[in-house]
Amino acid sequence: MSRYLLVRACQGAVLLLIVSAVIFLIVHSAPGGPAILNNPDVDPHTAQAIARDLGLTDPVPVQYARWLGRAIRGNLGRSYQHQIPVVQLIANRIPNTLILTGTALALGVLAAIPLGVISAVRRYSAVDYTATVGAFIGVSIPTFWLGIMFIVLFSVTLGWLPSAGMRTAGVTTGAGDLLRHLIMPAVVLSTFPLAQLMRYARSSMVEVLSQDYVRTAQAKGLSPWRVLGVHALRNALIPVVTVLGVIIPRLLSGAVITETIFAWPGLGRLAVDAAVTRDYPVIMGLTMTTAVLVIVCNLLTDVAYVSLDPRISLR
Amino acid sequence: MAQDAISPALSPLAAPRGRGGLAVFWNRFRRNRLAVAALGFLVAIHLVALTADALAPHDPAALDLLNQFADVSREHPLGTDEAGRDVLSRLIVGSRVSLAVGLLAMLVSVGVGSVIGALAGFYGRMTDGILMRMTDGMLTIPTFFLALLVLAVFGSSLTNLILVIGLTGWMVVARVVRAEVLRTLPQEFVLAARAVGASDGRLLVRHVVPQAWASVIVAATLGVAHAILVESSLSYLGLGVQPPTPTWGNMLSGAQQYVWTKPHLAVYPGLLIMLCVLGYNVVGDALRDALDPRASRASIA
Repeated sequence: MSRYLLVRACQGAVLLLIVSAVIFLIVHSAPGGPAILNNPDVDPHTAQAIARDLGLTDPVPVQYARWLGRAIRGNLGRSYQHQIPVVQLIANRIPNTLILTGTALALGVLAAIPLGVISAVRRYSAVDYTATVGAFIGVSIPTFWLGIMFIVLFSVTLGWLPSAGMRTAGVTTGAGDLLRHLIMPAVVLSTFPLAQLMRYARSSMVEVLSQDYVRTAQAKGLSPWRVLGVHALRNALIPVVTVLGVIIPRLLSGAVITETIFAWPGLGRLAVDAAVTRDYPVIMGLTMTTAVLVIVCNLLTDVAYVSLDPRISLR
Repeated sequence: MAQDAISPALSPLAAPRGRGGLAVFWNRFRRNRLAVAALGFLVAIHLVALTADALAPHDPAALDLLNQFADVSREHPLGTDEAGRDVLSRLIVGSRVSLAVGLLAMLVSVGVGSVIGALAGFYGRMTDGILMRMTDGMLTIPTFFLALLVLAVFGSSLTNLILVIGLTGWMVVARVVRAEVLRTLPQEFVLAARAVGASDGRLLVRHVVPQAWASVIVAATLGVAHAILVESSLSYLGLGVQPPTPTWGNMLSGAQQYVWTKPHLAVYPGLLIMLCVLGYNVVGDALRDALDPRASRASIA
């Protein structure tokens, strides 16, 4: 196990290196450079001086080597726009994004598995049909439109929920206030994983239910709950867990949009702002953060996979 | 071909061959009434997009500042937007960009995915290892962030948009084609072609890759759905097709500013995006079921 983790950590490090180099190259080949240099209030001479100060006039490989040298020691530079260290900027926002994506993922998984199981057990019933069509709509609905429709319904028309932000202005504590702000973005963000996981859970359960060992369990007189919960579900979950590896990056992508609609102060909105203003250090910092998050989540997925399926062992 | 004698249900993703095969396939597809309805909708919406200029009752870019947020009338069946532009005309003309970007991006994905999948499956060993690790890597990075970044850096022209969406969406096709190539390579007709001295290139292009068409069509159909979604999301963030060219995505982005006063403006474009994406997803899923009734699993789309 520890040997496996070591190999995976090395692979992760190589992946980080490749990703950082590619993104660095893409970002630094931008025609025009960062937005702060294109400010019409700054005269060209000063802009030139700023660029020299920031090291932007050096060849790209030199800049990359310098960035890498600092990044390894945990220094991701300073944001051009916000004028604070990138590490601090990201650290401030990470908890917000984790709250949002974590809640969305939990909602998705907790709703998708029971729905998928019920659909599979009651195949071709009204429940199954509704859930299947619902899942189709769920994977097809544009996240941002669903968000806008939620705002129209729950904020504009009914006035039940706040449409933007994470806390009411002036309120700094209190879980209730946070929860009221969290409901809409979390539900919107959970739609895609919920629908996708439900489809997988259903088809996987349908397949498992036709297996001999399920029939054996039924034949030896186990209660339907025991057959489902112990014998079938455990095996049906294996493919579902593997899909999580694909869903987590999608969730982070979805967070970019959801955070923009609901003005949620997380990494996603920071990413859009940084991309538009070409805030190089922030873009690089976010790339690394997301890559690390995804690598860690994939590793956790694999570990979960192994603990569910004793036929597979980690090498 | 011997495959015709076997029940299509038994051969893995067998492309039903000849007229008889197509009829069998169509009969299976037709039984899925939801899919037939979806196909009908898709045909209709593409016809609308093709004839958009003739169909649109008004110039979609014509400003009429005295007539902002006009109500539904005979002149403006869906009213007008914040600049007095006819909403119906903008929806009709907007369909063209949204669908064209979806289809062209899908073509890019299918092209790149097929080449990568074919090379990986055909040459195996190192080539396969490197190409498939690359594919896995692409599947685990949040590609939307990458697309966003590239567009912000290089500007969001129509070409860039299509390329970016296409180049971040080829992974499923690559996997599908590779699997099909691996399945086809040991078959007799390939061995026969090789025995008479066909070159690698000819073998791949003439004999092996065409076997994958059925699976590729399924992946491509689901790929269009994905591409339309991504295009609209990027346009919504202001990084897609730029105004004044109307697309469903940038119409929504405009409508969001007026969501407190004119919420209905945000409804139509989103509904159309959803219906198109839903249509492609339903048809793609039904195609897969019709081509291979055994594999009714959900896809990684």
